[in-house]
Formats: sequence, C-alpha cells, structure tokens
Amino acid sequence: MSAAVGIAIVSHSAEVARGTADMVRQMVGDAVPLGHCGGDPDGGLGTSVERILAAIDDAWSEGGVAVLVDLGGAETNSEMAIELLPAERQGKVVICNAPIVEGAVMAATEAWGGASLDQVRATAEELSPP
Amino acid sequence: MAEDTITMQDNVALRRALIEAVAVRVIDHVDELSDLDRAIGDGDHGLNMKRGFEEILARLDELADKPWPEALKAGGMALVMKVGGASGPLYGTAFMTLGKALPEKLDPAAFSAAMSAAVAAVKARGKSDAGQKTLLDVVIPLADQLEKGELDPKAIRDRAAESALATVPMLATRGRASFLGERSVGHMDPGARSSQLIIEAVCEVLEGWM
Repeated sequence: MSAAVGIAIVSHSAEVARGTADMVRQMVGDAVPLGHCGGDPDGGLGTSVERILAAIDDAWSEGGVAVLVDLGGAETNSEMAIELLPAERQGKVVICNAPIVEGAVMAATEAWGGASLDQVRATAEELSPP
Repeated sequence: MAEDTITMQDNVALRRALIEAVAVRVIDHVDELSDLDRAIGDGDHGLNMKRGFEEILARLDELADKPWPEALKAGGMALVMKVGGASGPLYGTAFMTLGKALPEKLDPAAFSAAMSAAVAAVKARGKSDAGQKTLLDVVIPLADQLEKGELDPKAIRDRAAESALATVPMLATRGRASFLGERSVGHMDPGARSSQLIIEAVCEVLEGWM
C-alpha cells in the first residue's frame, strides 16, 4: 500500500487550526501525516505563507497532501505556498473546496483507509456540493 | 566608463527613492487602510501592508542595489512572506511578475508589456476581474493607459485616484467584502486605495526626477 495521504489544515486562527487537528487525531490517531497552522506572520488572525509551507512539510507524504482552508486569504496564501514548493512536490498538493473542520475529518478518515489524493479530495468536496 | 558609472548611480538612487517612497506612503496610511477594510472586510489591510512594507524598508539598501527585475522579484517575495492576508500573494504576485517580465534595460513598451503581464497574473491569483471592487479596478486602467502610450506621471496618478474613487459605488463580489453583499456599496475598496497610494508615490517621485 502506498503512503497515506497527508492532511494540512490552514486557518486564520491558530486555535481553530489546533482544534481541528485535535479532532482529526481523535479519528485517525497518528496513521495520517498531519500539519496545521493559523495566524499571520505576527501571530494575529490571518495566514502566513511561511507557516503554510511548514504545515505542508509536517503533513508531507509520498501519497500527497490535501490542504483544508477556511476563508479567502487562507486559500490564496495556500495557492502561493504550493507554487513555492519544489517542483517535484507541487503536483502532489491540492486544496480541497470544503468546510475546514468537517473537510479535514472526512479527508483524514478517507486517507486512513488508503485512498488516493484524488479520492481524498473528492470525499472532502462532497461536503460542498456545486 | 565615467558616464556608465554615473548612470548606474542614478539608477540606484532612483530605485532607492521609488522603493522608499512607496513603502513610506503605504506605512503612513496604515490607519486609513484599516478603517476602509473595517467597513467592508476584516480590518487588517493596513497592518498587513505595514508589516510587508516595513520589511521592504528594512531591506532598502539591498533591494536598491539590485537591477529592477531582481529588486522587484525579491521585494515581491518579501511581501508574500510578510504581509499575511490575501493582499500578500496579490501584491507579491504583481511585483514578482513585473520583475520576471521586465528586461534589465527599461523602455516604455517593455514596461507596458510587463504591467499587462502583472495584471493578468493578479487576475489569475485572485480569480477576479474588473468591476468586482478590488485592486484590479485601479491596476487594469493603469495597464490600459500604459498600453496606449500614456507616460505623463500626473495623468497616471490622476487616473488612479479616479479609479479608486470609482470603487465606492461598486458591489463587491470577491473577497471578504462579498459576504456583505449590498452593504459593501458606498465604501472605497481598501485594495484599490492601497494600489492608488503605490501608483501615486511612484508618479510623484518620477515627476520630481524629470
């Protein structure tokens, strides 16, 4: 079996990110690589490309990383972070269009079962019907 | 040789003046930008931009010593890393794309083409276009002006001021302001205002230099 897909949680709030990560851990323990971050470069509410890069690194898996974000800036900064990754990693990191808490828990459960990155993303995105 | 040296010093001095003027202008307007953002967003635009441009000021000597393409790329990356919030990647992408698209020897046609490339990159990064009450409503008209060969700094900054003002009656359909729907009408977009401030600062330095 290939490596379980990792989950990276990117919130504007460090507490939301940590709480979401706690809920993921409760479901899947340490079976899924997990990274989380929240807060701007000064630690206030916001997001930081540097912290997102670190969270993706924490969640890194050869199977890829699914990124869950909350509001707009988290998505824009996550897209920027993905573009700054080494070329060989860029194609293996995707942002899921899903609510951050439910999406992270659903994605992690799917990843734990050995699903591919595309499957993990699709499962999370079922929570946000088009 | 002597002439080359003088030209080069001129370039460094002009680059330094431009970078410093832009950073100081943004930092001086921190409260205004935050107030505008508080009206229709999350209120952090001023502080976010201040954090980014303080980093630019801290690295002023290093940035001014680089040729334009390198200076813009490095400055853009600093904004990406320091600003936080969506404006970091948006302004960072704009300056980095300008840097990538500019030849080392500047001429008006190359600058216009680079500005168009930067505007296209910002549209892609923000998944946005004209009329959505964003900074694009200021930078798209700027790119259009340059494309038509407008080089008068006064005309360019006047247009930027008009463009920023024109965002007041617009309905926001992108970003945090779009959550407010109709309530976003009647306020100037903070990103449009910060873009105007940057354009104004550049134009005023150029007017003094010419």
